Amino acid sequence: MATRQVARAGPPLMNIVKMKGVPILQQLEVEECLLRTSSENWCIINDGTDKPNIVMGISGKPAELVEIRPVLEDKIPVIRRFTGGGTVIVDHGTIFVSFICNKDDVADVQPYPRPIMSWSSLLYSQVFQGIADFRLRENDYVFGHRKFGGNAQSITKNRWIHHTSFLWDYEARNMSYLKLPKRAPEYRLARDHLDFICPMKDYLSRSDFITRTIDAAESHFSVESTEFEAVKPPSNMKFTPTSRLLTNQELEAAGNTSI
Amino acid sequence: MALRIWASSTANALRLSSATGPHFSPLSRSFSSVLDGLKYANSHEWVKHEGHVATIGITHHAQDHLGEVVFVELPEAGGSVTKDTSFGAVESVKATSDINSPISGEIVEVNSKLSSTPGLINSSPYEHGWMIKVKPSNPKELEHLMGAKQYTKFCEEEDAAH
Repeated sequence: MATRQVARAGPPLMNIVKMKGVPILQQLEVEECLLRTSSENWCIINDGTDKPNIVMGISGKPAELVEIRPVLEDKIPVIRRFTGGGTVIVDHGTIFVSFICNKDDVADVQPYPRPIMSWSSLLYSQVFQGIADFRLRENDYVFGHRKFGGNAQSITKNRWIHHTSFLWDYEARNMSYLKLPKRAPEYRLARDHLDFICPMKDYLSRSDFITRTIDAAESHFSVESTEFEAVKPPSNMKFTPTSRLLTNQELEAAGNTSI
Repeated sequence: MALRIWASSTANALRLSSATGPHFSPLSRSFSSVLDGLKYANSHEWVKHEGHVATIGITHHAQDHLGEVVFVELPEAGGSVTKDTSFGAVESVKATSDINSPISGEIVEVNSKLSSTPGLINSSPYEHGWMIKVKPSNPKELEHLMGAKQYTKFCEEEDAAH
């Protein structure tokens, strides 16, 4: 079964959607809808979300990942997203960048986790060239040995999403809502959150990062800007997103099992 | 990539000829990354059809490319699957990857061991890592799937193209 080579005039099209302060659950719902129902390529950039949220990967167990009592007391929303990967706490200091692609439009990348992760690291190497010691290290984006961006992916038969939450800035006290995960990269060396992560603001401005990311995307795709309103799923669309907010009951039950 | 292709070719050379029944020899289970007697989808799932039931899982090639599987999401028995449509997902290397059904039918059994031991998909993709058992609603769909030789060639061409 030979691979078909499809002739194309120029690079594939990518729609760039820039938004600011969109709630992270809404962003995740839009992304999953685009992944599963669209046939186009998308780059979603959300410059900060509206309030602190904890976001776990698909298999995340709150009892293991989250300090349940303070989260309940301070009413921090906990979301389980549709992609894999670990747990982050996001807020107005987080910049989100998501690439949703047809596998055939990135034809030199096999639609599996590691090749897609490598592709993304090449793109971001362009973004940070001359600015910082950027590398992909055990599937994290790091400057040196400190993580500044968390990645996750979802792969369907013909499409994939690679999305990242970049810590442009963060509030140290918010990290105390997260436990040290059982599964951690070796380079973490059991460091707690504040010794493990670093803010991107020490290296470049928000606008510079976003501009450089779009420039890097342009080296792979032909880009066009699209308004967020145009990509929001219509109310009559028959698609049910799987990312969801955990209920207080679920968090309380998790809190009881972790005692 | 070269090592994988060598392993696949050598395994095929070592593999015993397929039996008429569903039983596989220990040698072919240990060394072969593609088994005779199964049918294969181009999305890297396998089907073993025995009587009225078809067992479905993902291939050695798929688990090798996915990496260590840490979580499996499967449907419940009693539900249905549709050919070429996702019925579940695995998580590996921070990614969820859809598992697509090669055939349509009713799910009659789900491998409950995968919830506690998802790594069975890596260590035993064709045996203990099976995912669902289905009563096919259209057995003719099996005729459109690949045999072992065709699937081996498909994998080699896919890897060589990247």
